[in-house]
Amino acid sequence: MTPSDLLSTVLLIAGAIFFLAGTLGLLRFPDIYTRLHALTKADNVGLGLVVAGFALQAESLAAVGKLLLIWVFVLLAGASVAHLVAAAAQHRGIKLWKR
Amino acid sequence: MLTLYFALALFLLLNLVAGMWRVLRGPTAADRMLAAQLFGTTSVAVLLVLAQATDQAALRDVALVFALLAAVTAVAFVRRAWSDRETNHDAE
Repeated sequence: MTPSDLLSTVLLIAGAIFFLAGTLGLLRFPDIYTRLHALTKADNVGLGLVVAGFALQAESLAAVGKLLLIWVFVLLAGASVAHLVAAAAQHRGIKLWKR
Repeated sequence: MLTLYFALALFLLLNLVAGMWRVLRGPTAADRMLAAQLFGTTSVAVLLVLAQATDQAALRDVALVFALLAAVTAVAFVRRAWSDRETNHDAE
């Protein structure tokens, strides 16, 4: 196993842990705003780590560029979704969760 | 390495299955839409893993399209399906 393989493995497993955190947040958090917080951030970091892991293994610079482009699109989607859904939820009068 | 890739793909798929629970429970339409967002991000990751594992670069293009569509679906949901107060699809 070469050093880049090892680093790639570590990155991929770290990404999987972030995906698990995002899923747990979606299932366990009490209201729409906290679920947005868990989902749109943790999953995007998880995908970023997975992309970084595969970028180390990529055969060409173009492949790395495509991987990064995919991540950028997902980031843009995540950011706009978080903002739009939270604004729409507040507009509809969904109350913030209080302990 | 190949074992790790397939284990990772399986793990991400299990995350998707767990997300189904939120689709069933709701309670608002937006919560269900958030699960769709989870499916979008996770399926992009699954496709990237499978592209590497099976050495099929075309799957990365599929992932690219999924990433683009994820934004469109959510914006369409907020603007068209969830914007008017009268049609209340929420089970509240």
